[in-house]
Amino acid sequence: MGSAAGAIETTLWRRPRLRLSLLLAGPLGWLVVAYLGSLAVLFVAAFWQLDPFTAEVVREPGLGNFRTLAEGEVYRTIALRTIGIAAAVTVTDAILAFPIALYMAKIATPRVRGLLVVAVLMPLWSSYLVKVYAWRTILQEEGILNWALDPLGLSGPGFGNVATWLVFSYLWLPYMIIPIYAGLERIPQSLLDASDDLGGRPGTTLRRVILPLVLPAVVAGSIFTFSLTLGDYIAPQLVSNTQFIGNVVYQNVGVANNLPLAAAFATVPVVVMIVYLLLARRLGAFDSL
Amino acid sequence: MNLSGSSRWLLRVGTGVTLAFLYLPLLVIALYAFNERRIQTWPIPGLTLEWFGKAIDNPGVRAAIGTSLKAAVGATLFALILGTLAALAVARYRFFGRDAVSFLVILPIALPGIVTGMALNATFREVLSPLGIELGLFTVIVGHATFCVVVIYNNAVARLRRLGGSLEEAASDLGARPLRAFRDITLPQMRSALLAGALLAFALSFDEVIVTTFTAGEDQTLPIWILTNLSRPNQLPIVNVVAVFIIVLSAVPVYVAHRLTREEGAASGAAPAAAGEAVAAH
Repeated sequence: MGSAAGAIETTLWRRPRLRLSLLLAGPLGWLVVAYLGSLAVLFVAAFWQLDPFTAEVVREPGLGNFRTLAEGEVYRTIALRTIGIAAAVTVTDAILAFPIALYMAKIATPRVRGLLVVAVLMPLWSSYLVKVYAWRTILQEEGILNWALDPLGLSGPGFGNVATWLVFSYLWLPYMIIPIYAGLERIPQSLLDASDDLGGRPGTTLRRVILPLVLPAVVAGSIFTFSLTLGDYIAPQLVSNTQFIGNVVYQNVGVANNLPLAAAFATVPVVVMIVYLLLARRLGAFDSL
Repeated sequence: MNLSGSSRWLLRVGTGVTLAFLYLPLLVIALYAFNERRIQTWPIPGLTLEWFGKAIDNPGVRAAIGTSLKAAVGATLFALILGTLAALAVARYRFFGRDAVSFLVILPIALPGIVTGMALNATFREVLSPLGIELGLFTVIVGHATFCVVVIYNNAVARLRRLGGSLEEAASDLGARPLRAFRDITLPQMRSALLAGALLAFALSFDEVIVTTFTAGEDQTLPIWILTNLSRPNQLPIVNVVAVFIIVLSAVPVYVAHRLTREEGAASGAAPAAAGEAVAAH
C-alpha cells in the first residue's frame, strides 16, 4: 500500500502535465460539461416548440418562439420596461455613488476610509430577500414612508414601477460605489495638484480631470447594476404588479411548463448583456473591474 | 484635491445621504422585529421580545434553518475543493486556455440568476431524475457550489500570486514529493485566504434565492421559507425576526473574511479584491 502510494507520488513528481490535468479535471469537468452543457441545451431549447394540443415539447428547430415574442405587444412592452428601468437604476446609482466614493478616495483619513469600505460592503452581503422585504414594509400603505410624508401633505409612490426602480437602486448601489471608489483612488494626486496649480477651480478639476478618468469605472459598475436588474424577477413580484422579463421566464418554466418560450425570452437579457459588455470593453471598463 | 470648505461639506452630506439610504431600511426591519402588534404598520405602538421566542419554536423555521445550514456547508466544501484545484492550476502552471478558466469560473454568477437556475434545473431533470435523484438538498448543494467556486478561486489565486512559488520549489529541491509539498508548505500559507473564501461562500449560499427556487424541489431553505411566508400576514412577525437573524448571520462572516484578506487588498490594489467581492455577492 505504502509503496503503491509512493509510486503514484513519484509519477506525479516526474510529470507536471499529469499534475495539471488532475488539478483541472474536477473544476473544468463540472463547469464545462455540466454548466456550459446546460447552457447550450437551454440555448437549443429556445428553438424548440410546445405542441399546442398535447403541451409536449417538440424537439424540432424553428423560430416560432422568437416570432411569438417579436409579434406579441405584451412581450415588447415587458422587454422595454425591463431595459428602461435597468437604465434608470444605473443612472440613479451612479449619482448616489459618486459623492461617497469621492469622499472615501480623496478626503477621508485612512481609518475612516477603511470603516466606510466595510460599511458599504456590509449591506451588499445582507440577504437580498430581507432587503426587498424591508422596502415592502416601508412602501406599503400604512408604512413608514407615508407616515413621514403625511405631515408634508405628500404620499409615497406605493407599489408599482417607481417602487421597483427605488428597490433596484437600493439593492445594487454598493456594486456601483466600490468600482467608482477604486477608480477614483487610482487617479494620482499629482494630476489634481497640477490642475489646481494651473488655476483650475474644484468644479473644473472635477469636470475636466476626474470625470473623464473615472468614466471606465462608472461603466464597470453599470455592468452590475444593469445586468442584475435585467435578470431579476423576485423584487418586481414583491413591490409591483407589473411584469419583468424574469417574471415571464419564471412563469413559463414553472407554471406554463413552456421551457422553449422561456429559453427564447431569456436570450433577450443575455444578448443585451453581451452587447453591453462589448461596448464596456471598448470604453476600457474591464481594466477597472 | 484642494477643496474649499463648502464643497467638502457638500461631499460629507452626500456621503451621509447615501449611507442613510443603505442602512435605514435594515434598521426599519430590525425595529419591526420588536413590534408588539401583529400588523406591520407604522408607528410601532410598543416593543416586545415575544416574536423571538415564537420564531425559535416555529418548526418551519427550524427545519428551514437546518436545510440552509446543510446546503451552505455542503456547497462551501464542494466549492472549496473545486476552487482550490482551479486556483492551483491557474497560479502555478502555464497552459492553453488559462485565461478562459477565470472567465468560466465567473460565468455562473455573471449571467442572470434565472438563466443559471433554468439551465441547472433542465440538466438535473434530464440527467439526475432517471438516476433516481430528485430535486432536493443534493441538487441545491450542487447548484450553490457552481456559483460559490468563484469566491474561493478569487481568494486562493490572489494569495498564491502574492506568495510566489519559491518555497514550494525549495521543498521540491529538498526532496518533498508534490502532495507533501502541498500539505506542508502551500496549504498552511493559503489557510487564511481559503477560510475567508469559505466564509464568503457560506454567506453567499445562505442568502441565495433565485437558483434555489429552480433546484430545491420540495425542500425549503431559509430564504425560500421567507419568500413563501411573505404572503401570509399572520407569519410576518416571525419573518421579521428571521430577517434580523439573517442580517446578523451574514454580516459576521463577511466582516471576518474582510479582515483575513486585508493584505491582498493592499498589495494588489483595492479594486480587484473589491470587485471580486462585488461580483461574488450576487
